[in-house]
Amino acid sequence: MFYRAAGTFKTSYAADMAFYPLPVSRRAVAALLVLLVVLPPLFASDYVLAVLDLILVAVVGAVGLNLLTGNTGLISIGQGGFMAVGAYTSANLIVRAHAPFWIALPAAGAVTALIGTMVGIPSLRIRGLYLTIATLAAQFIIEWMINHVTWISGGIQATIQMPPPVVFGYSVHTQAGFYLFLLPFALVAVIAAKNIERTRLGRAFIAVRDQDIAAEIIGINIFRIKLIAFAISSFYAGVAGALYSYYLGIANYEQFQIDVSIDYLAMVIIGGLGSVTGSILGAAFITLLPVVTRRALEAISGLLPAGLDVPGIVPELRLCLFGGLIILFLIAEPEGLDRLWRNVRTYFRTWPFSY
Amino acid sequence: MQTTRRTVITTAAATAGLGLVGRVRAQQKQIVIGEQCDRTGPTQLVGNILCPAVMHYKDLINKNGGVGGYQIVINESDNQYQVPPAIEEFEREKAQGAVSILLYGTPQTEALSPRLNADHIPGTCPGFGPASAANGAHNPYVFPVAATYWSQAAASIQFVKDQLGGSLHSKKIAFVMYDNPAGHEPLPVFDRLKKMEGYDFKIYAVPPPGIEMGAQALDIAERYRPDFVIMHIFGRAPSVALKALRGVGFPLSKCLGFVWASAEADIEAAGGWGVAQGYHTMQFAGVGTDYPVHQQIEAMFKAEGRQPPAVMNNSVYYNRGLLGIALHIEAIRLAVAANGGKPPTGAEVQQGFQSIKDFSLGGLVPPLQLTPSDHEGGGWVQIYQVKGNAMVKQTPWFRGYRDMVEKMIATSA
Repeated sequence: MFYRAAGTFKTSYAADMAFYPLPVSRRAVAALLVLLVVLPPLFASDYVLAVLDLILVAVVGAVGLNLLTGNTGLISIGQGGFMAVGAYTSANLIVRAHAPFWIALPAAGAVTALIGTMVGIPSLRIRGLYLTIATLAAQFIIEWMINHVTWISGGIQATIQMPPPVVFGYSVHTQAGFYLFLLPFALVAVIAAKNIERTRLGRAFIAVRDQDIAAEIIGINIFRIKLIAFAISSFYAGVAGALYSYYLGIANYEQFQIDVSIDYLAMVIIGGLGSVTGSILGAAFITLLPVVTRRALEAISGLLPAGLDVPGIVPELRLCLFGGLIILFLIAEPEGLDRLWRNVRTYFRTWPFSY
Repeated sequence: MQTTRRTVITTAAATAGLGLVGRVRAQQKQIVIGEQCDRTGPTQLVGNILCPAVMHYKDLINKNGGVGGYQIVINESDNQYQVPPAIEEFEREKAQGAVSILLYGTPQTEALSPRLNADHIPGTCPGFGPASAANGAHNPYVFPVAATYWSQAAASIQFVKDQLGGSLHSKKIAFVMYDNPAGHEPLPVFDRLKKMEGYDFKIYAVPPPGIEMGAQALDIAERYRPDFVIMHIFGRAPSVALKALRGVGFPLSKCLGFVWASAEADIEAAGGWGVAQGYHTMQFAGVGTDYPVHQQIEAMFKAEGRQPPAVMNNSVYYNRGLLGIALHIEAIRLAVAANGGKPPTGAEVQQGFQSIKDFSLGGLVPPLQLTPSDHEGGGWVQIYQVKGNAMVKQTPWFRGYRDMVEKMIATSA
């Protein structure tokens, strides 16, 4: 009912191709951005800000994985390993070369893009789930290399302490500061991914996903496209890993193991394959789900009969609830949260009609 | 479909609303301690025994008047042995006013150490965590309060030396460990002692989770044939190792397990007491149920008309839980006494920790002495051996090569 395309006339190609062609959507997005920047640091507690920080890091990683898995159709379970590469690259640059964050982060992304391209080379020969196994191998190989090469890992503990980032002379160490530090990276990641989708490269990705033989026939070099997909996705993963270790204050590969890879794959799948909005929603969903289920069960635990081993039962119930909710959401909307959001949006757009 | 969708949405909203309301927190004299546990993750075997012990001791203390008149409130949360839940729970415990935290897990301790130091909340990591945390000057708010892996390694070599007749020259020692940072941690100690004592040392790195050890056991028993095997594994791996070594006929009386390979639960999982005869276990807390605190907890349950829970019989992990919380409560008691009865802050509890001495809880706790520079308390361990159907105390509280370990701690990052 608010989204009325009638009455808006575009007079230039740029206006026609804009992301938000209607004034109402432009104003809505601007308002949302202002709210995102202003509200949480001023009004949210440290705890809420900590959860938001985790979501922002997850958004960067999920958007990158979506480019690889959702748009190009290459399922990857190496995301954790790539994040670890980014984390250790930035940590080593900061500790050894005293690099500021605006050098360390792109460098982390670049090195991870290189490693990702190498992992993508088998895609010349193998496709589909076989390539997934190759990315799984990459996850374990990267973990093993970090564990055993002390030049990378900084010692037996494989932990490198990261000093807080310094932005315009101000050292970021509060939760609100980290939120304002991470937010621009998440925004740039999202905008870049949305733009990539609209270019020739993005269309080539989708062609490779849908019918790679047909794509090859019309002249798309699918090997090159797959390598570029791996490179861009690994760049995102490297930056996400570096941001996460900035946030934690240490770089340690044990935070980027196979369970993290599977979490990111879950974010992309539940959010909706091939959609940037879906990756954002999926990242928020997977990050918030353990938190919400834990709080909900703790609130209900007061109703359990006394004498039961509540601290022992509640975590187990929470795991059941976690899995159950994921299954529920996938049954309700197999195409992901993005489709749910689009349904809501279409409802309001076509109101009072049904379609 | 419409009604079901509506019901689902209303139920979800109601649950969310409940969660937002949260628990009503009484405002009377209370001190909050945060506790992290692993109830559903890879070390749930330990967590499901250790964490109830914390709650039982807290109930005992509260029944006897609390600490300096304050009732202790402990918020337990399950971190599933993962780092993001640990961080989120730490923020929540901080928001609820926790003055100290019982940490759980080595990667979690590493991730939370910068925050503990920045937010001035002391955290304990007994028997796990980086050994450099013992250095109180570099990590003012992280307290291992029990032998770290370095101290365990030094003590193990001391014990093996005594077992092999006082000299390790040209003896062969096999070291089974996880191929991760926690596993690699004792290696510097073993390297230095190798130069000092002249033994031969072979490392068997097992990839986690270590549920398949046939190859290592064969190599140990048939090819390398060491004089002693030292095992630094945890979770499900110790029981697997015991079964594998016994299966190839290697005598378990030539095996020593570090503190997390040393519980009744591991022996039961390996097939029972008969399988593990002669196995040496390293402990940093007392073993067995004949300590005064056990009797007090049992009396507390009986007074409420309930049976003492069976988890108390898993005395190795249960006593470690008691040790952890008892040290927290002792630190809080010292803090409240030092600040004249006001509610203590995290910094005051840290001072309390650093002044703990002569606290033995009837022998369950080793003769610790925590100081501003030594957050480990001395690195005391004792060895128990499996004989018959129980663990029998083999050595008194001891530590090995303490000067060397202290020098390493002082120069660590």
